[in-house]
Amino acid sequence: MTARGQGRTAFAYLTPALLVLAGLLAYPIYQLVLISLYDYGQEQVSGGAPLTFLGLGNYQNLLGNQQFWTVLGQTVAFAAVCVVGTLIVGAFLAILATTVRTWVRMTLFLAALGAWSTPAVAGSTIWLFLFDANFGFVNEVLGIQGFSWTFDKWTAFGLVAAQVIWCSFPFVMVTLYAGIKAIPGEVLEAAALDGASAFRTAWSVTLPLLRPIILVVTIQSIIWDFKVFTQIYVMTNGGGIAGRNLVLNVYAYQQAFAASEYGLGAAIGVVMTVLLLVITLFYLRALRRSGEAL
Amino acid sequence: MKRWLTEGFVLVIAGVVAFPLFWMVLSAFKPEDEIISADPVPWTTRPTLDSFTRALTVANFGRYFLNSVVVALIVVALSILISFLAATALTRFRFRSRTTLLIMLLVVQMVPVEALTVPLFFLMRSVGDSVPAFGLNHLGSLVLVHLAFSLPFAIWMLRGFVAAVPVELEEAATLDGASRFRFLWQVLFPLVAPGLVATSVLSFIHAWNDFLFAKTFIISAVENQTLPLALQVFVKPDQNDWGAIMAGSTLMTIPVLIFFMLVQRRLMSGLAGAVKG
Repeated sequence: MTARGQGRTAFAYLTPALLVLAGLLAYPIYQLVLISLYDYGQEQVSGGAPLTFLGLGNYQNLLGNQQFWTVLGQTVAFAAVCVVGTLIVGAFLAILATTVRTWVRMTLFLAALGAWSTPAVAGSTIWLFLFDANFGFVNEVLGIQGFSWTFDKWTAFGLVAAQVIWCSFPFVMVTLYAGIKAIPGEVLEAAALDGASAFRTAWSVTLPLLRPIILVVTIQSIIWDFKVFTQIYVMTNGGGIAGRNLVLNVYAYQQAFAASEYGLGAAIGVVMTVLLLVITLFYLRALRRSGEAL
Repeated sequence: MKRWLTEGFVLVIAGVVAFPLFWMVLSAFKPEDEIISADPVPWTTRPTLDSFTRALTVANFGRYFLNSVVVALIVVALSILISFLAATALTRFRFRSRTTLLIMLLVVQMVPVEALTVPLFFLMRSVGDSVPAFGLNHLGSLVLVHLAFSLPFAIWMLRGFVAAVPVELEEAATLDGASRFRFLWQVLFPLVAPGLVATSVLSFIHAWNDFLFAKTFIISAVENQTLPLALQVFVKPDQNDWGAIMAGSTLMTIPVLIFFMLVQRRLMSGLAGAVKG
């Protein structure tokens, strides 16, 4: 087939995908930026007031707002706790999994698979019920009936973080386990023959070899935990009392759809996208270093 | 001795990890008075289907279950067709903008779709003016967005499977007089079926679990809600019907659990491959 013929057939095959992606991803991204530059509230939506171009007004408004900085700080801190927790639990269990017999490991993996595949909404409600003030099993075991985990800001954040770690550590565990298993046995035997202790082998041989994989799961976790929406929304009932459990995602949603400040909500969305794209650049560099080719 | 300790510890951890799911299923089968008891116990002597009956009749979970199934299945079917064609184009053909398209596919996967709720809300609103079935309050709007969100990854993942089919096979099929169309659907399509299964499970789970877009798009049409939204509606701060909620959660989780089990091996090798390169 001629080069031109190839191009034409390829284009025909690509058309449906390109149409969908252009209309439902590219165009909305453009619209997101556009809306963030306007004063776009309830009156403008219903046509009762003319659209006013604000330029960077929404962003100025946002950056001058104390609540935005609080929410941004909370988002970063919350994501950090979730990422560190996920990595520690996942790595610890991946290492333990290499030392036990197959049926024990399969039991652990099966339980992890269950946690992994539970839909976020279902998982959040189950945890809410387990930690319910009056009927929850956890309070019964701890003997603190009537204690509300979701009332206080910090216990509420802690509970959500625990739920997020519960459903995201399996990915880290399984990936790291696969990584450890892929290290050739001879390398470890050689280290043992040279008289290295188990700890020394883990620290100086296994860890450096796993570095690329650890980097990838870390960045992947950052990307996921930075944009947690469902768990916060469901477990703290839309961002907590007086919005004290808000993270950026929920904040953007509340500004746009609860307060009808669509322009401001879009601006928060742009800020979030930019932050994530920066993280993504690191991700792509990490992927390239670990040998992923296009 | 030491191994016994480690194994015991790992089994305890497995129990803790599985406990929330156990508690969900257990509570779904508990009678009402045991659920709202001040002293909950981790067993029941009087299992009952009352909670399921309540969830399906009072809360109308059957309807929402069906809605979720319809959305997820249409997304899967369309995403298989579209991503298969696109992946074939990107692996079997050489054309100028190919690399650019591949990089765009990768970058687009990183865009936080949650940030797009505002523009997509207005897009669906104007789409609804001309084609109501794809506008706000209709399941079509959910199909459209989930199709768009699942395509980049589906195409990306299928590329590997299409590339694995030897080019000689296509040459042989052409020599045997098969048209391009026949080769595509009768030779290539069955051969990449395993890859299609893995990607479609991911698309299914994505659409099935979605809470944000269902919440944003389905505003007033209660009959068009999907499971995640319906579940949230029944969680009220004052008097929760925990039995029905747990029964609903069980109904929602089990399909995903089954799909996940079916493809976990392929999924994990795929993930490990993506990580190791």
